[in-house]
Amino acid sequence: MNITNLFKIALKAIGANKMRSFLTMLGIIIGVSSVIIMLALGTGSKATIMQEIEGVDPGALNVIPGPSYEDIDGNWLPEYSQTITQADYQSILEKNKYLKAICPMVYTSGQFINGKNNHSGSVQGVNNEFLDINGLSISQGDMFTDPEVKGASKVCILGKTVVDKLFPNEADPIGAVIRINSIPVRVVGVLKSKGRTAFGQDQDDIVLMPYTTVMKRMISQDYFDMIYVAATSKEMASLAKQDLTEILRENHKLREGDIQDFRVNSLEEATSMVDSVMNVLTLLLSCIAGISLLVGGIGIMNIMYVSVTERTREIGLRMSVGARTVDIMSQFLIEAILISVTGGLIGVLIGSGISYLARFVLLNFTEYHILISVEPWTVLLSFAICTITGIFFGWYPAKKAANLDPIDALRYE
Amino acid sequence: MAQKPVIELEGIRRDFVVGEETVHALRGVSFTIHEGEFVTIMGTSGSGKSTLLNILGCLDTPTSGEYRLDGIPVRTMSKTQRAVLRNRKIGFVFQSYNLLAKTTAVENVELPLMYNSEVGSRERRERAVTALQRVGLGDRLNHKSNQMSGGQMQRVAIARALVNDPAVILADEATGNLDTRTSFEILVLFQQLHAEGRTIIFVTHNPEIAQYSTRTITLSDGKLREDRMNDTILNAADKLATLPVEEE
Repeated sequence: MNITNLFKIALKAIGANKMRSFLTMLGIIIGVSSVIIMLALGTGSKATIMQEIEGVDPGALNVIPGPSYEDIDGNWLPEYSQTITQADYQSILEKNKYLKAICPMVYTSGQFINGKNNHSGSVQGVNNEFLDINGLSISQGDMFTDPEVKGASKVCILGKTVVDKLFPNEADPIGAVIRINSIPVRVVGVLKSKGRTAFGQDQDDIVLMPYTTVMKRMISQDYFDMIYVAATSKEMASLAKQDLTEILRENHKLREGDIQDFRVNSLEEATSMVDSVMNVLTLLLSCIAGISLLVGGIGIMNIMYVSVTERTREIGLRMSVGARTVDIMSQFLIEAILISVTGGLIGVLIGSGISYLARFVLLNFTEYHILISVEPWTVLLSFAICTITGIFFGWYPAKKAANLDPIDALRYE
Repeated sequence: MAQKPVIELEGIRRDFVVGEETVHALRGVSFTIHEGEFVTIMGTSGSGKSTLLNILGCLDTPTSGEYRLDGIPVRTMSKTQRAVLRNRKIGFVFQSYNLLAKTTAVENVELPLMYNSEVGSRERRERAVTALQRVGLGDRLNHKSNQMSGGQMQRVAIARALVNDPAVILADEATGNLDTRTSFEILVLFQQLHAEGRTIIFVTHNPEIAQYSTRTITLSDGKLREDRMNDTILNAADKLATLPVEEE
């Protein structure tokens, strides 16, 4: 019997028991749609996180004060926040071998006032290498200059959200003088918008000032909250990390076995960690979803056994008019595959539908901007799994049918 | 008879092992049926006639002895080879019709040709329609099996047995489920097919039917008890005319 006829028979058999076939498919539908959703969520989250660091220098590293939590059993002392000093910055500037940019950072929060508009947010005191290291750019005006940093000038760069709050009528902010914690500061530039992070944090709610200005005029702090650096290339990042560690250990007069009171993190380590965490998470979620596929497959097997028993006489008749073992086998296998693949198709549609609906809702109605996306390979994978499920779980019932004795089958009541 | 032999049985034995015991269902049966014969195989239950029918229909193989169907030795054939042989050489008619449920008459008749890859879909349809016209159901091609009477269903089954132009038609109690009048209608059809030169083997326990065939083979206890040519062959159409027409 040719394949077209086999498909016709299978379709007819499925059509003859529509409700039963649908209920059997339901297991596969739920399984496939959950696999699709989980993979869409997984790859979407990963893409979103990767997108956030897009533009950040691939060789970026940062030096942050304080030992790692494991080294101190979580007993954080206030002085741990103050271990990165001006002297450290100087040493890094003088001794580094693999860096192309260095930017110290101090952090504070402030009240920003422009006339009767006011807004509160964070202020990062940085130098003019900050933009390159973090993949930011100026959309209006200019970055403050090196002399302005050295001179602790009262200048600032505003993020888009701050501009919107302080200059609501689309007034030109460049050159305007606003008050930050009652200090008059001149706006010299506006940052290009970066939008929100996946977890809803507004990346445009930011004010940049020369670190010198923040340290001297605003918070009188003599240590740094962080030093951003960029290695000459991505490949150099680990060497740069080693180099930085050595410089700082020497500065801090640390000996072997002493608790290291600072940390150096590289972007590459962070991304590869995010990558592996997301992969494990995606795999885990998909496995859980895959279990429902397994249950669906067992449902198919069950119903195929019932179907074979119900149609014993039909099988006997087909054999008596000349159906070979392989004909009967194919007939039932194709029926199983058809149920499974149809279920898979519906599952893909539902899974994709829910994924894109979730994406739409997340982007438009919440602060969690996760770019959920259904990758073509996940659809192909689902179909492949469904076909395999159909063959695997249809095999034994089909074999049972094909191995029936035509004499007994014809006599079956 | 100068006709060529269609069925040749030589010393057919068939043993079944049931638990510890061996049941001898057939104990050496030999006979030859030639082309164009209408043979009734009779016997009480347990006489071995079902076993013989299964062997004749290539659904079963003998334990020993030789069976040649249309000159082809069957005993050593594989399951698949026998399936193909059934498809080309045998037309079955069963007591309970065995039509596919929710399937039209023409699709039921097409079934044997579906398993013959040499027949294309157009030829298949044409041959099925011709067969249905032959059994007088030309106007019911697309009736489904559950929309037909017993007699009509059996006619569809006979059309299905004719469609592959078999060497022999094997009918197993083909009138067993039908009322008297319908039974004779079916018998008339068999006699017509016989008149056209078809070889028919009709297995039954009803001695009345034997009177309408050309030859009667009687089995008992797995052996051939009687094999005789019928001198007077009754005409089923005459008998049918004497039967009262059922009121609607």
